Amino acid sequence: MNPRVAVRGASVFNELETLLPFVSKPIQYVGGELNAVTKAWDETDVRWVLMYPDAYEVGSPNQGVQILYEVLNEQDRVLAERTYAVWPDLEKLMREHAVPQFTVDAHRNIADFDLIGLSFSTELGYTNMLTALDLAGIPLHADQRDSHPIVIAGGHAAFNPEPIAQFIDAAVLGDGEEAVLLITDIVKRWKSDGEPGGREGVLLALAQTGCVYVPRFYHVEYLPDGRIHKVTPNRPDVPWRITKFTLMDLDAWPYPKAPLVPLAETVHERMSVEIFRGCTRGCRFCQAGMITRPVRERSITGIADMVENGLCKTGFEEVGLLSLSSADHSEIADIARNLADRYEKTQTSLSLPSTRVDAFNVDLANELSRNGRRSGLTFAPEGGSERIRRVINKLVSEEDLIRTVTTAYSNGWRNVKLYFMCGLPTETDEDVLQIATMAREVIRAGREASGRRDIKCTVSIGGFVPKPHTPFQWAAQLDHESTDARLHKLKDAIRADREFGKAIGLRYHDGKPGIVEGLLSRGDRRVGNVIEAAWRDGARFDGWSEHFSFDQWMRAADTGLEGTGVSVDWFTIREREYTEVLPWNHLDSGLDSEWLWEDWQDALTEVAVDDCRWTPCFDCGVCDQLSTEIQVGPTGVVDLPMPAPRLSPVLVDRTESTDQVART
Amino acid sequence: MAGIPKDQAPKNQAPKNLPPERGLAPTIQKLRLRYAKRGRLRFSSHRDFQRALERALRRANVPIAYSAGFSPHPKISYSNSAPTGVASEAEYVEIGVTEICDPELIRRELDAALPPGLDIVEVVQAHGSDFASRLEASLWQAEIMATEAEVRQAIDSLMGESEVLVERLTKSGKRIFDARAAILSLVVQVQESNAPESDAYVILHMVVRHITPSVRPDDVLAALKQVGGLVPQKPVRVTRLAQGPLNPLEEVSNPVGDPFDPDRVLA
Ligand code: B12
Ligand code: SF4
Repeated sequence: MNPRVAVRGASVFNELETLLPFVSKPIQYVGGELNAVTKAWDETDVRWVLMYPDAYEVGSPNQGVQILYEVLNEQDRVLAERTYAVWPDLEKLMREHAVPQFTVDAHRNIADFDLIGLSFSTELGYTNMLTALDLAGIPLHADQRDSHPIVIAGGHAAFNPEPIAQFIDAAVLGDGEEAVLLITDIVKRWKSDGEPGGREGVLLALAQTGCVYVPRFYHVEYLPDGRIHKVTPNRPDVPWRITKFTLMDLDAWPYPKAPLVPLAETVHERMSVEIFRGCTRGCRFCQAGMITRPVRERSITGIADMVENGLCKTGFEEVGLLSLSSADHSEIADIARNLADRYEKTQTSLSLPSTRVDAFNVDLANELSRNGRRSGLTFAPEGGSERIRRVINKLVSEEDLIRTVTTAYSNGWRNVKLYFMCGLPTETDEDVLQIATMAREVIRAGREASGRRDIKCTVSIGGFVPKPHTPFQWAAQLDHESTDARLHKLKDAIRADREFGKAIGLRYHDGKPGIVEGLLSRGDRRVGNVIEAAWRDGARFDGWSEHFSFDQWMRAADTGLEGTGVSVDWFTIREREYTEVLPWNHLDSGLDSEWLWEDWQDALTEVAVDDCRWTPCFDCGVCDQLSTEIQVGPTGVVDLPMPAPRLSPVLVDRTESTDQVART
Repeated sequence: MAGIPKDQAPKNQAPKNLPPERGLAPTIQKLRLRYAKRGRLRFSSHRDFQRALERALRRANVPIAYSAGFSPHPKISYSNSAPTGVASEAEYVEIGVTEICDPELIRRELDAALPPGLDIVEVVQAHGSDFASRLEASLWQAEIMATEAEVRQAIDSLMGESEVLVERLTKSGKRIFDARAAILSLVVQVQESNAPESDAYVILHMVVRHITPSVRPDDVLAALKQVGGLVPQKPVRVTRLAQGPLNPLEEVSNPVGDPFDPDRVLA
């Protein structure tokens, strides 16, 4: 093993470089993306590493990391660099040659930084976090760190950080823009004051803001039956509850202003512009929809400016209008029409990740595909029967769906994708089998509308995992055997259909990964040992079926939960009572737990609620508690001016007649 | 900013079921680009470069021509590219544009629009359509962590053979082919003050003819290992210094010519 030169902030690229010829897709580790930032180490006071704990190809398009990267680097004397999970081939070589986990920007050891901010969109990145910390020589357990970086979890999964409580120093709930600036200020002051109180001192300062959760300052007591008795501060000077951050004026935060343009191929070969945050549709299974309330829209002009600016700075040929439910923007029709007009004839295509099932959505898709490819259309009815859709509050009638897909097929689309879930509360085989009936009807209507027989419908179905801070947080998850059995019945039903079966594609995953996700989602601090044991046994990249091993996780659960009296089943397939203290009860997503419970009861009695954006508020609690408000248009702007034509700087004779050579 | 009156704003409805209309201006000029792949960006693959170039063309607002058809693609043609992990000073691309452009401005703007490490070195207006056939051979430089004696001995053994079969893993499985015939020369470069850090460092220049199946620098290194027992201490760093027409053999200092010469003469 090579002894590493221990200069803080030094580049380890030379050591890494000798390993790169032996790994797959080495470009993902070298950085150098257009619009990436590098700063001199000595010219900065507070230094962040931002990690998306998955492969570069998945992590680099994530807007959260790109936004925070830019927000931080815009600050004087603040540095932010990025790191992603390394694949096992490189991990092995890094261990052999003592190369630490590095940033892709300046290839510095992540252990040299002040803060490591992890972005967990999903719980499946937990083991990758451990690999990164370990490769950097950072103790896995927060209580064993001294001068090491402060490890902070963010992103949606951080709304229940209890399973990783022993590995992180802190967690932040909600929007990160203002959070990272606040944390930076506190760390900066602490450092310039000579680090009063040491590590504990800065963590205390963070905890006292009331919006940074520091697990070590909270004590969990359990009841003899394994349930949590209470979670209490273990010192008098920290708040009882921790609240989430909510960014209120999206137009004031037009980030990323200079989106990164990766050299390596990624899952999203396009630029994204976030058109609003939050969602009030109230689908009961959806954690994202619940925890990001209320809806905050970016204005049509704000969106158009971001699109134009981003295209100029990146050269991407596709722009995705991103949000949780993009067709719900109050000005979406004007946005789509204006952008399609603007970029007509520029080989720029626009896309709308669409899930809303209505014909309006097809009109939008028509408008947007004017300039570009016409890929598949995707809708997410989520539940196969009208009954189960009432349970989950996805208010789509069969007629709506048929009308929507008919419009799509008669407008030239050939393939429509439908997303569903299996294992929803109260679900029976019958609810799932209705998916087959629905798909038949879709094909039948499609053939009629288009007069063609080559139309297709792809049914994608995933296992439902109950998530914290949702009305289904109390629900029992369906065990994986039952999930598999139900999916098989569906498969058989589609196969058996002679007339339509061949036109229906079915994509599904078995139920096992969902059980591990369920354990990590609704687990408490006792699950930490399971994560560590699984990781020690080799668990990595758990979101990837080729790397995921259910048996490995079950072995880890056997050892990790030994002596606790609780089990994987206890965490997953057990229904909870209202009175049970949930591991995340002290973490405030703004949702009133009584409201959540009532919504859960409504679900069980198949009562649906409306979207609070269009109908009177039904008191979910978010707006009152967080003194936030719904921010929706219309802004009154209907037509945008065309952007100033960009002069082509490469033409001959441009000094003579700029007007003539300008291309629009 | 004043709004455009509504009736002047383009109003275009795509006809149903037809490919969307495109600005299909014809190609009126062809330009040839020489670019370099340097430093850490040598780890970019050919596809990585393609994507980067297409985006850079858009960023630099180059009036690139598009092919007709349902999914139009920009008119760009690539010549044989250096393998992933190999640096290069001499990669070539040809583009078609719809308006007359100034080659030097293209060079400057495109270079600025590409990340550092993917550098546009020279742009010329294309003359003649024989470009691919001008690329007869490549001059590769290999930086080898081994002693000069080891390298020279390996070269001698290799050059003494008339055929050396090497193996390469391709997408379609293992391929076995001769690496010897394509090798025109292997010359150890004489150095002044020896290597960085250690004296086990040799710079080797290899002139390899472009044949099918192509013989790449790693094939030559595999051959040196196979018949000459050359096992360097660290991965060999390879750079393509030039590709172009083969100069007569007596021009030892400059075995591979500049493929832009004909374009320049005619310009
Ligand atoms: C693009 C995208 C993808 C892409 C790219 C990967 C990525 N995550 O960006 C792909 C297609 C690969 C993907 C895959 C998956 N995705 Co996805 N994805 C999205 C999508 C549409 C946008 C993500 C984004 O950029 N958001 C915008 C940014 C600004 O929000 P953000 O990332 O949450 O970041 C903000 C805050 O969370 C916070 N923050 C984030 N990190 C940190 C860190 C620190 C330290 C701090 C302080 C704050 C902070 O600050 C940011 C700015 O305010 C979201 C939906 C959505 N609109 O968010 C779903 C979403 C994140 N995905 C989701 C899921 C389930 C998945 C998959 C698991 C699906 C699957 N079954 O395979 C995989 C897992 C991938 C993986 N291993 O990470 C869910 C997560 C569910 C949840 N619990 O909320 C979402 C919310 C979709 C949904 N409606 O349910 N996804
Ligand atoms: S529409 Fe439903 S599923 Fe989609 S983000 Fe909103 S609440 Fe979640």
